[in-house]
Amino acid sequence: MSVRLFLAQRLTALILAPLVLVHLGVIIYAVRSGLSAEEILGRTRGSLGWALFYGGFAVAVAAHGAIGLRTVILEWGGLRPGLATAVAWAAALILLALGLRGVWAVTAGGGL
Amino acid sequence: MTALDELEIRVWRGAADGHYQVFRAPRRANQTVLDVVSWIQREADPSLSYRFACRVGVCGSCAMTVNGKPRWTCRTHITKVAKDGRLTIAPLRNLPVIRDLACDMAPFFEKWRRARGRFEAAISRDDPLVPISPDSLERRAADAAVECINCAVCHAACDVVGWRPDYLGPAALNRAWVAWNDLRDRDRSAVLRAANAGAGCGNCHSHQSCAEHCPVEINPTRSIAGLKRAGLLALLRGSL
Amino acid sequence: MISAARNHPGYWAFLLHRLSGLALVFFLPVHFWVLGTALDEAAFTGFFAWTAHPLVKLGEWALVMLLAVHLTGGVRLLILEFLPWSEGQKARIAASFGLALLVGAAFALGLV
Repeated sequence: MSVRLFLAQRLTALILAPLVLVHLGVIIYAVRSGLSAEEILGRTRGSLGWALFYGGFAVAVAAHGAIGLRTVILEWGGLRPGLATAVAWAAALILLALGLRGVWAVTAGGGL
Repeated sequence: MTALDELEIRVWRGAADGHYQVFRAPRRANQTVLDVVSWIQREADPSLSYRFACRVGVCGSCAMTVNGKPRWTCRTHITKVAKDGRLTIAPLRNLPVIRDLACDMAPFFEKWRRARGRFEAAISRDDPLVPISPDSLERRAADAAVECINCAVCHAACDVVGWRPDYLGPAALNRAWVAWNDLRDRDRSAVLRAANAGAGCGNCHSHQSCAEHCPVEINPTRSIAGLKRAGLLALLRGSL
Repeated sequence: MISAARNHPGYWAFLLHRLSGLALVFFLPVHFWVLGTALDEAAFTGFFAWTAHPLVKLGEWALVMLLAVHLTGGVRLLILEFLPWSEGQKARIAASFGLALLVGAAFALGLV
């Protein structure tokens, strides 16, 4: 692993750690009154704060997950480095696109 | 069950495509794994190939896989590893097998070279000695890692070496950590660059199998963590 | 079966970290896709009918555990790599797993 990929993996981990902690807190708080669409959307709809929070989450997780996946398929899958990098880029783009779409859906709801 | 006065030993024979051969050897009150291998070679099959020199845990040449774990055989007592009298002895993992229990150590030492583990002096022997305080951070870091006996037990224990054969591995990187902390070296940043290259310390997942098995209780994971830290600091400062 | 040379806490912790990370990379696109259905609120609300099912609840708990295990294990690794070394690595492995269990227990209590 190049030192730049290593740095990116650790940097995104450092960003994700507090975000995941807050996300877990929200999950545990929210599940006590039972999960429902209204409850979730009531919290997130129209909130710039949650949009930025989960938007940042989606960007960081796309990079972190893709770099991790690349390492796993290199070590356990025996793929050539070029192919592993291509798979990782595909994973990053899928995670990023679906992630940002999900954040858009629960915060802006398709309109502004 | 083996008899109380006897050991049953499966010994690897041949190269990578070899097989296990079963031997029986007398069990003694005070006996090391190397004693048993030597007994087989002297009394049962003189064609058995293995490597040893000092027999007292200094030279690092007698490491083998004993009941699935890499160990220095000269200081591993039978009572510790084979309570039921059964032993399986194989060559070290992650190195090409020459024959029987002897591995080709060339790739192992080639990695030391690639990790820039060799000391390069900044001054000649005619210059006065450079004073290094025994209390300095660098000296203490080097002290904790310098007593490696080059036995390759950590290299054999490391999963990442097995998965990515070009990975420099715990022994070479531990050596690089010593070189990085040696203030007398003429180009320490070259050490850091070599250790942080694509096959270097960034591949370590801190399983700590190296530290778990090191016979002289060095902790290569700790040394590698030091190289990661120093490498990232240098990268952020633009000096890597 | 874990081979003799791998059978120690450092390897167990690695395996847990890698498998949880791998599972999260495959779960996240599904999660994001479900959030994306909030663009059509009826479809989004429809998903919550599933959450009453005990098996789905067990699945939710497993997902929370995956996230918690990857978080606490990851923070342990960041500390291992970037803060001064400690000889208490095995205690830290136990502590990080214990913290993840605590999160799992808190979520399970909210679920019932």
